[in-house]
Amino acid sequence: MSVEPFVPPEELTHDSVEEPDLFRINLVGLTTIVVKEVRRVLRIWVQTIVPPAISMTLYFIIFGSLIGARIGEMSGVPYTTFIAPGLIMMSVITNSFGNVVSSFFSGKLQLHLEEMLVSPLSFTTIITGYVVGGVVRGLAVAVLVTFVASFFTELSIARPLITISVVVLTAMVFSLAGLLNAIFAQSFDDISIIPTFVLAPLTYLGGVFFSISLLSPFWQKVALANPILYMVNAFRYGMLGSSDIPIGTAYGIIIVALVGLFLTALFLLHRGIGIRA
Amino acid sequence: MFSLLGSIGQQFEVRILDALFLNQLRKVYANGVEALSGIDLQVKEGDFFALLGPNGAGKTTVIGIVTSLVNKTSGTVSVFGYNLDKEREAAKACIGVVPQEANLNVFEKNENILVNQAGYYGVPRSVAKQRAEKYLKALHLWDRRDDIARNLSGGMKRRLMIARALVHEPRLLILDEPTAGVDIEIRRSMWDLMRELNDVGMTIILTTHYLEEAESLCRNIAIIDEGLIIENDTMSSVISKLQREVFVLTLEESIQEAPVLDGYKVFLRNEHEIEVEVEKKQSLNSLFETISDKGLHVSSMRTRSNRLEELFMRLVKGKTQSRYDTGRSGAERSTDHRASSRGELN
Repeated sequence: MSVEPFVPPEELTHDSVEEPDLFRINLVGLTTIVVKEVRRVLRIWVQTIVPPAISMTLYFIIFGSLIGARIGEMSGVPYTTFIAPGLIMMSVITNSFGNVVSSFFSGKLQLHLEEMLVSPLSFTTIITGYVVGGVVRGLAVAVLVTFVASFFTELSIARPLITISVVVLTAMVFSLAGLLNAIFAQSFDDISIIPTFVLAPLTYLGGVFFSISLLSPFWQKVALANPILYMVNAFRYGMLGSSDIPIGTAYGIIIVALVGLFLTALFLLHRGIGIRA
Repeated sequence: MFSLLGSIGQQFEVRILDALFLNQLRKVYANGVEALSGIDLQVKEGDFFALLGPNGAGKTTVIGIVTSLVNKTSGTVSVFGYNLDKEREAAKACIGVVPQEANLNVFEKNENILVNQAGYYGVPRSVAKQRAEKYLKALHLWDRRDDIARNLSGGMKRRLMIARALVHEPRLLILDEPTAGVDIEIRRSMWDLMRELNDVGMTIILTTHYLEEAESLCRNIAIIDEGLIIENDTMSSVISKLQREVFVLTLEESIQEAPVLDGYKVFLRNEHEIEVEVEKKQSLNSLFETISDKGLHVSSMRTRSNRLEELFMRLVKGKTQSRYDTGRSGAERSTDHRASSRGELN
């Protein structure tokens, strides 16, 4: 192979004497992580976008059209309409979680996460970048599932601000949860345990398919310990205007979860847990 | 010395002078292995510095700590005066690193890998694209820019990692075995590249198994073994400590056995080549006279082995030779030392 002459970096000496502008570095770095994450979602759209659309279509056909027609109404609306917000939220939860856990863990596994870890980016920037990536995928899937749902039921949004804020905050919460899972994960098994044994049961029991008013008083109290119940109901309140729980409580729990998970992730990364020897 | 300085004014002076400063750096891994036993190291700004040592000596742990990939147990690390504990981000902004193990996103396009990396250092996307082109061309990878890293050969991946480390044009470039697995022509061009980068002010720290590479490129050297620095000096001082050198002489005559040369150890390589060990105190003139007295004529001469390698082996001999994994098969390792001593140790 012929060897081309190398042009040395003329601006090196000039750049090198400047103090690093950490604000600019983190701003550009955040944009870079977000662009990288969104490109990743789009690059493997068959794995990231299409499956939730197919599975939610099946849910609407089976639980909405076939079984739902026999159930009638729930909380004063047709059953298909009742489950639509829950199914949208279920998609958002699983996809925002899955996006971050798979992206961060594959970076750990292939070691290319080191590209960020050796850089001057703050851990806050790195966390935010991954969370935005998870939120983007969650929202993209939400839009798609809403489109699918519109074929099965008439959808309206009673309170747009609540609807949008709840879906964004929920996507943020589960992006952070996915990040925590990825931080601790050492193998592929570790990234499937939480979605299978924790996330799925909590989601199915979180009021997606039923109102907790159907439960006995004891199980109603048990159900209130499930944070997903608050998210699903807050979103349903935004879309349909009805909810099993007070909207203020729902916001409070979502915000507490968000702050708690963010601070935990920040602490773990600062300590180097799961990322440094 | 930096460790003795305390005032703000003196620290400012150090900020200009020291690209890297390690003070009593110690690392004990979770499994109890003490990789570093409290090392001190100072690399001046603009230096081309070699960090050598056998496998497991602690080189990669040093690099890991400096680049924040490994938590230190105790000690101090400063990069251009930025304390890694207190000013981590500012310290890391000065560093570019080429790790020993490939850590590329193998599903990402090569050009994007560089553009992303530049972004992590705050280089705007438009500038990052220009830089990616410059360094991909410099490392002969421009025609593979739209390919994904997975499709590159091992040597190409290593060059891509070098381009990635350069794309934000760091003040301190740390290269951990950068030319391993790279063919000789590309390796030479990479040496030229490193020299040019050093010429424009980039401080370079190099670990390598190609000791010829360290001797050829670096001005200062530290040898680390079992977590301790056992030698830290200028390259010329270290080389001058060698007591002997081995020369390969090509003879015009054909001979069947090594000639007896008084005062010299002689080995027959083949019917036209002999190896002669020359002590530091012995002159080459007297060697040629002795050879001439035997009726032999020398048509050419070269040093047999890399001098630094001789010293390296002497320093770590006994303690580490047995665990020195050369990365070759057992059969290869058991061949005559002369075969492995022409520049490449492994």
